[in-house]
Amino acid sequence: MSQPNHANLAEKLTKDTKRTDWHNNSIWWVRQNRDKAVFGIPDWENLRNTASSIKSYMLENLHDLLLEFEKNALANGVQVHWAADAKEHNEIVHGILSKRAVKKMVKSKSMLTEECGLNHYLEDQGIEVIDTDLGERIIQLRHEPPSHIVAPAIHLKREDISETFHEHLGTEKGNIDPQYLTEAARQSLRKDFLSADAALTGVNFAIADTGEFVVCTNEGNADMGAHLAPVHIACMGLEKIIPKREHLGVFLRVLARSSTGQAITTYSSHFRKPRPGQEMHIVLVDNGRSRHIQKPKFKDALKCIRCGACMNTCPVYRRSGGHSYHVTVPGPIGSILAPNADLKKNSDLPFASSLCGACSNVCPVKINIHEQLYEWRQIITQEGHSSTGKTIGMKAMNFVLSNPKVFELGGKMGRTLMRTVPSLVNNSMNPWYKSREMPEPPKESFKDWYRKNRNNE
Amino acid sequence: MKVSLFIPCYIDQFYPQVGIATLELLEKLGCEVVHPLSQTCCGQPMANSGYQHITKSIDKQNQQIFREAEYIVCPSGSCTLHLKDHVFHGESKVYELCEFLTDVLKVSEVNATFPHKVGVHQSCHGLRGLLLGKGSELVSEPFSKIGDLLDQVKNIQVCTPSKVDECCGFGGTFAVNEEAVSAKMGKDRAEEFEKLDVDYITSADMSCLMHLEGTLKRKGSKVKVIHIAEILNQSIS
Repeated sequence: MSQPNHANLAEKLTKDTKRTDWHNNSIWWVRQNRDKAVFGIPDWENLRNTASSIKSYMLENLHDLLLEFEKNALANGVQVHWAADAKEHNEIVHGILSKRAVKKMVKSKSMLTEECGLNHYLEDQGIEVIDTDLGERIIQLRHEPPSHIVAPAIHLKREDISETFHEHLGTEKGNIDPQYLTEAARQSLRKDFLSADAALTGVNFAIADTGEFVVCTNEGNADMGAHLAPVHIACMGLEKIIPKREHLGVFLRVLARSSTGQAITTYSSHFRKPRPGQEMHIVLVDNGRSRHIQKPKFKDALKCIRCGACMNTCPVYRRSGGHSYHVTVPGPIGSILAPNADLKKNSDLPFASSLCGACSNVCPVKINIHEQLYEWRQIITQEGHSSTGKTIGMKAMNFVLSNPKVFELGGKMGRTLMRTVPSLVNNSMNPWYKSREMPEPPKESFKDWYRKNRNNE
Repeated sequence: MKVSLFIPCYIDQFYPQVGIATLELLEKLGCEVVHPLSQTCCGQPMANSGYQHITKSIDKQNQQIFREAEYIVCPSGSCTLHLKDHVFHGESKVYELCEFLTDVLKVSEVNATFPHKVGVHQSCHGLRGLLLGKGSELVSEPFSKIGDLLDQVKNIQVCTPSKVDECCGFGGTFAVNEEAVSAKMGKDRAEEFEKLDVDYITSADMSCLMHLEGTLKRKGSKVKVIHIAEILNQSIS
């Protein structure tokens, strides 16, 4: 079986030109909102530098910060768990739930559980999991993966959502009024909030100094879940640690502006200790992160605060959509995170970019995303994960370009052939020619001209 | 001033007029220009495809050819960036043409005329890599080396598309490996300029223009492409 490949998936997903244009425009609109928000802050570039420096400090001191966080969280009465990988993470969560005989859990704001495949795991154990954030809920009902880390259902139109809700929530067929549809989701979710035995949330920032964690949301579902259920589980990747509470002043300012163009998310919920009678758990998840941090050229990818700005600016993502990346975190940042998780399986992703560099310029923590894409390409090729055809082609090209005489002669012959037998290149075997004309081959190269007109050598 | 001209492989083979315009322009501005005939390519096509490890011979070739050069000037932002970052490792003698004109020669009077409506395409590597201008993403003082030069051209009407610095989708081998997305990016970019009803699209990078030209020609569009060196070299007679 061939493995999923971005170029092939993108070709399929961009077939419907109108839909591709719609997707591109919707996401560009988010980029424009981001611009409006950040251009309101003259100090924006300084803020990015500061955010990046704090994250650099975090990466250099991760071990100590994690232990400090654990100590303080324990003192606050929170139970702390360490998970080496996705499997352990899922088992830990299941262990907590089965102790309390939990039958239904509500979930909010966690891409990490998506990364770990928690929903399927728990469902197989007979536990019902309800994603409560609207976008997540929509794709859960449709059995689809998220296509964006902040707006997981951004690939769907109102009509699609109306159809899904009609099927699952019994809404009127063909009613695409957003308010009507949102209200239907809200009513249905209210029942779930009230009947859940446990709530799981993600973590945007965990503060080493105080042992507290912060969840940033717009819908307030993290609060609703955590405040109602007797058990609150918060799952976080190791890199979510920041040293001090005062650093939130930097991150809360850059996160929502980069993400949606809001000055701040509607809710920045701080969780510090369980209320009387409640259990609060934090699961600290490695799942490849400690391996990633050991790669000097790539470790900065762990600075990511999951704002999604690199997706919104990416001209490739905007057209091909999140599902073309076949991983939980799509787009430019996903393409530099995924090779660490599985180099072979994700060897196509660093190539799904024109290396335009817009991603690095919007990144609020200044990750050099496009440079890392370039560096991953080198590793992928050197470790033998590119096709033999490509390697042969590149070696042949390299041979020609390493030999000035071969280059000149080859160029002359090539151009002559293109002129006399254009069908040699203007055919369906040439991917360039599918939608673009080849350049017209001139009789004389620049070197020919130079020799005639200027050469004093 | 002695200048060694680096002509990218595809300009040498497909767009000799761009090399000629660059050379003539630099001569007009008082430079003594040489083009080493043994120079072929910067190595980027292989390196960006993940094959930097096989380009050592080309890198060495370029380092030897240009060892004595005081200034290396190249009419392509992308090739310049590659030479700077991966071949000459930050040595400050490599310049893209526009930055050489504004920063080294400090040209203030280019003495050119171009009575046409021209759309400016910001090429990504020149813009975000060489900092020929301010990227639309950054919150800082706007500047544009390309804009400064075009401002000196008489009778030209310069216009900018609403997505000021969207990629054209070329990206080297990306154009064939990711054919569907690349072609769509090219179409969308070309369309933005067509809507502006320009006569020409210009850029400091011929590779982007090659992509846009291929797209425009397939559509049968009347919009043409022209490298900025060709505009700056249009002398007032």
